[in-house]
Formats: sequence, C-alpha cells, structure tokens
Amino acid sequence: MFSTGFTFSTSFTWNDLLFLLQGAWVTLLLTFWSMLLGTFMGVSCGLLRALLPRATIPLGWFLDIFRSVPLLIQFVLFNSLKSIVGLDWSAFTVGCVVLGVYVAAFCTEIVRSGVLSVPQNLRLASRSLGMTYWQDLRYVVMPLATRVAFPGWLNLSLSAMKDTALVMWIGIIELLRASQAIVTRIQEPLLVLCIAGLIYYLISLVVSRLGAQVEKRWQQND
Amino acid sequence: MFDYTFQWRTALRALPDMLEGAVVTFETAALSMIFGVLIALALLAMRETPNLATRAVAGTWVSIARNTPALFQIYIVYFGLGAIGLHVSSWAALLAGITFNNAGYLAENFRGGLKAIPDTQVRAARSLGMSSFQAYRLVVVPQLLRIVFYPITNQMVWAVLMTSLGVIVGLNNDLTGVTQDYNVRTFRTFELFALAAVIYYLIAKLIVAIARLLAWRLFRY
Repeated sequence: MFSTGFTFSTSFTWNDLLFLLQGAWVTLLLTFWSMLLGTFMGVSCGLLRALLPRATIPLGWFLDIFRSVPLLIQFVLFNSLKSIVGLDWSAFTVGCVVLGVYVAAFCTEIVRSGVLSVPQNLRLASRSLGMTYWQDLRYVVMPLATRVAFPGWLNLSLSAMKDTALVMWIGIIELLRASQAIVTRIQEPLLVLCIAGLIYYLISLVVSRLGAQVEKRWQQND
Repeated sequence: MFDYTFQWRTALRALPDMLEGAVVTFETAALSMIFGVLIALALLAMRETPNLATRAVAGTWVSIARNTPALFQIYIVYFGLGAIGLHVSSWAALLAGITFNNAGYLAENFRGGLKAIPDTQVRAARSLGMSSFQAYRLVVVPQLLRIVFYPITNQMVWAVLMTSLGVIVGLNNDLTGVTQDYNVRTFRTFELFALAAVIYYLIAKLIVAIARLLAWRLFRY
C-alpha cells in the first residue's frame, strides 16, 4: 500500500489532475459571480453609508450580522430557507448569493472608508468650482476613493476565493471537494491535498500580482 | 408556496447543549489565539534575523497561511498527517489548523505594527543605557501592543467563526457540531442553525465589547 524507500509511485493520474482543475474552475466561477454581486451591492451600500451616515445606521447593523456569523452557518441557513420558501435554485446559485451577500458586507466597509478618506475640503472646493453634487461624486470622490479602496477590495476577492471552499457543505464540487473525492479513491491525501493547495496558492499569487500591476499603473498619474 | 411550520421548541430544547458547545467553541478559539500570538511573535523574530533559512521558513508559513483556505489547512492536519501515521483527533486538527492560520495573519499584522514604531526610539532607548531587551520590553512592545490590539481583537472574532469548520472534519462537541448533531436527529435545520447563528453573533459581540473595555482600561494615556 505504501511506497517504500526512495521510489516514488502514485496512483494519481492525469484524469485526476483534470478533475482538480475542473474543481478549480468552479472555484473561480463562484468567486467571480459572488464578487460581482458583492461588489455591486457593496458599492451601493458603502456609498449610502458614507453619504447618509445617520439614516443608514440600521443598514450597518444589518450588514454587521453577516460579518459576525460563520459563513458555513449562513450557507446552511440560506439553503434550508430556500427549501422552506420553495425557491427552485441550484446549489451553485445559492452559493453565489450567500457568498455575494457576505462579500457585500465587507465591501461596504471598504467602500465607506474609501469615500470617507476623501478630504471634505476637496469636496467643498469642487462644489465651489461649480460642480454639481453628482459631478463632485463622479469626478472627484470616485477616482480618489477607488485608489484607497482597491487594495482592500483585492484582499477581499482573495478571501472570497478562499471562502468558496465552504460551499462543499451544500454539495458543490469545487477544488477542495474535488481533492476529497480523489483522496477517497486513491488514498494519498497528502499528495492530493498539496496539489489542491498549490492551485489555491497559484490563483492567489496571480490575482495579487495583477492587482499590484494595476496599483502601480494608477500611481504613475499621482 | 409557504407551508412550513416553524418549531422553535425543538431548537430551544437543544439550547443547553448548544451553550455547552459554545463554551468549547470559545475555548478552542481562545487557545488558538494564545498559541497564534506566541507563534506570530516567533515568526516576527525569525523574519528579522539575518539567517536566510529561518527567514524562509517564516516567510513560507505566513504565505501559506494567508493564501490557502483555512479549511484546507485543517484538512492537511487531519487527513495529511494521518497519511504519514500521525493520527490526530478532529479537535486537535481544528486547533492546529486555526492556530496555523492565526499565526500567519497575526505575524503580518505585527510586522506592520513594528514598522509603525520609529527606529529612532530604539536608538534613543539604547543611548539612555537600556539593554536591547529592555528597549524592546519597555519601549517597543507596549507601543506595538497598542497598535496591534485592534487586529488581535479582529482575529479573535475570526478564530471563533473559523471554529465552525470543525464540523467538516467530524468535530461534534463545539457549537456547530452540537447543532449538526441535533440537526441530523430532528431535521429542524433552519431553527437550529438560526439559533446557532444568534449564539455566534452574541459571542462575537461579547468579544468586541470586552476588547473595547480592555482598551479603555489599558490605553488611557
């Protein structure tokens, strides 16, 4: 059963690697859709939180719930709620929605602090130059806030990518679950898990490198 | 469309056991934080040494902890170590996995905190006749603690939330584990997990409140 000495033999085949890569693709898809959903909601909620701080305090409390309850439990809860209400959603959709709302809760704070980092004087100056409220938001606040919020957003997308591992609980075969399936067949957990880990690591590396490139390009104009 | 009757009584009957589970959850998280902070300090020291090998070890630890899912790290301990003949219980695997994760994140936070303390302060302390250790203990660490206090609190909340992953490797006495145990017996998934969510929320808020109180007491000056 075990390979002895220095010979390296494994039952890990190319098909298994392909299966893992398919899992990685599901992981990426989940990350993409949940980030899209989460960013969209997060930017709108974050802007609201920053521009109308008093009126949106309840929204802050509401989003705080998602940050204080384990994601695994959110998945289980929403999945059972789906059955109770009778929604005919696939597990993938449920995964995207729950992860998207979770991302939105964090994205809101990132966007809010980005918008608040724009000095009030700058906004007053742009208003006194004759810009309207929306022009001020669009041409002054947005570009500056984006630069501040971007690193946080990038970190968030990496953590969303890692959090997709939890969707296995509601029955989606993503990267980690795929590695589990292979482990049960060929009984070489360390090897298979290391390959899965390497794939996660590579995705993180590529995304953070790309992000660093973007940041560098933005800094040229500062 | 909506013909489901909620049965909160089932969930409430499970409450005493779940609260016991909550204690296990909290203890696990606290233990992982204590070990995590100690290892993070060690990693911080290792990264400052001129020795390339120790720096590489610390760097690898931090980057693996930060770039792979926490669940993967728990899996490596639980299934991976089992493969080389080191069988660990679910709880030990969970604790080791979270500690590994915490240490990596905290080490990065500490490094940021250390950077925020001007180098000149250490030199000033040394020129006042303090030894290197004294300078660190009396000048750097108190300030570092103040800077990293908030990240540590955050990480503690994270640790509590991460303990919920134990159920995936078969842990059955922490909050999520107990809840899942009741769930497979009664199939009142929504009610039970909603209650668990409330308890997790309260634990998280409790930690934040205690941290605020501590910060108010500790950092008055």
